[in-house]
Amino acid sequence: MSFVETMIPPQAPPPAPPKAYTLARFVGSVTLGIWLALGVGIFLTVVNGWDPAKFAKYGPSFLSGLGVTLMLVACSVVLGAILSLPIALGRMSKNKIWSWLAYAYVYFFRGTPLIAQLFLIYYGLGSFRPQLESVGLWWFFREAWNCALFTFTLNTAAYQAEILRGSIESVPRGQREGAAALGLPERVAFYKIILPQAMIVALRPYGNEIILMIKGSAIVAIVTVFDLMGETRRAFSRTFDYQMYVWAAILYLLMVELLRNVWAWLENRLTRHLKR
Amino acid sequence: MSGLFAGFYSILAWIGSIVDPFCGPVGVFRWFASGTLLACGDAGWGDEIAYGFVVTASLAIATLPVGLLIGFFVALGKQSEERTVRLASNIYTTIFRGLPELLTLFIVYYGLQILVQQLLASFGYEGPVEINAFFAGMIALGVVFSAYCSEVLLSAFKAIPHGQYEAGAALGLHRGRTMRLIILPQLVRIALPGLGNLWMALLKDTALVSVVGLPDILRQTGIAARVTKQAFEFFGMACVLFLLLAMVSSIVFSNLERWTKRAEMGR
Repeated sequence: MSFVETMIPPQAPPPAPPKAYTLARFVGSVTLGIWLALGVGIFLTVVNGWDPAKFAKYGPSFLSGLGVTLMLVACSVVLGAILSLPIALGRMSKNKIWSWLAYAYVYFFRGTPLIAQLFLIYYGLGSFRPQLESVGLWWFFREAWNCALFTFTLNTAAYQAEILRGSIESVPRGQREGAAALGLPERVAFYKIILPQAMIVALRPYGNEIILMIKGSAIVAIVTVFDLMGETRRAFSRTFDYQMYVWAAILYLLMVELLRNVWAWLENRLTRHLKR
Repeated sequence: MSGLFAGFYSILAWIGSIVDPFCGPVGVFRWFASGTLLACGDAGWGDEIAYGFVVTASLAIATLPVGLLIGFFVALGKQSEERTVRLASNIYTTIFRGLPELLTLFIVYYGLQILVQQLLASFGYEGPVEINAFFAGMIALGVVFSAYCSEVLLSAFKAIPHGQYEAGAALGLHRGRTMRLIILPQLVRIALPGLGNLWMALLKDTALVSVVGLPDILRQTGIAARVTKQAFEFFGMACVLFLLLAMVSSIVFSNLERWTKRAEMGR
């Protein structure tokens, strides 16, 4: 009779079988290769077509265009936020006329393209020149920049009003009732209890709205405002150099990605008390 | 054969002229706007604007399948087990969601033009090349639409429990058939509200293609405004037409949503 006298010594696990070469892997390599080739191609065209004279001539104008874009977006988002408050209140109001008016406003500005609204204000108000002059507002609507600012403010106010309304309505009813049970006046309850909770919900949509405004602001180039897009178009029409569009694309992508990351960080920071 | 097609097209055009809601026999402009600037024919701008309406609607409708198809595959790529595929599809969405639509349009329009010109030059053809604005708009808007669409579809994919795939496998269905018969019907139901929003955005983005010369609503009304010097009326008309498109599509989408949820109703 035989039996085992020694234990089998511990051994390393067998090596993992080599990964099969799947179709997904092939597709992944090919698509990544295409992106890489595109990136290298763009880099090479930029390097080959590098012209210090062009850079010195159009570099500063690109920067000033960037400034105009940022200024336009910042002003219209802030003014739109102020204007959106009465619209959101009107939308939530029990008065039929107010709520209907606010709804019509929001429906119009969200249902039509921003570019059509811009044309309506910039070209359309031009035909009311005598009336505007008599009211003393013509100096404002004469400038393309003012018209763009006006249109963007009206447009973003409609979107922001919807964000505000949605976030205020997302606060549970119990919060309002709890505030009432504590004997807080309605005004204090709104500013100290409802609004802070609503703002956390609204944070992400607000970020998306700012990104949409940055992207949408490119259309002011068509009504002769020299923002980043306008400077790009001017530089392209003078040099017929395709690089100009590549530069603009890089700048826009940088802006949007930067804002997106800052916003993600901000949201993380502001909602850290909600994490479990 | 070509005669058959010609006859077919003439019948189609005849039917189109009958049911034309603007300048047909029962059209709005024909009945209420004759004698004004919006009259049909040579007297006014009614038929030009009606043509622009058709161009806008057909551009949006032609872009939709392109965007949906690319978006579907990008969404599949984003949940792939292969890291390279995920990376490549994430790069795609980052780029095309971050660029302004107008810039994408210009890049596609001029880039294609330069590309085709160089390609033809290598074959020995030296001459001006003009890219069709409709085609360039279709590609640019389709690419932007697909980038957003892939996000909507990705979140819809995540909402479908894993058991559904396993059930498909247990029934002995091939992966493609599982996708087609089990996953897709549920996917459509979940993704439809998001896709409706994207469709509205697409409708509004078509107005941008007028910048590169497509005779859509905005361009036609713009020409009319420049000729007649009544800009407010004509651009207001353009806004009304876009609102009309938005209303029609919101009705269609609410019906579609009801139709996809018909199995859940009555409970």
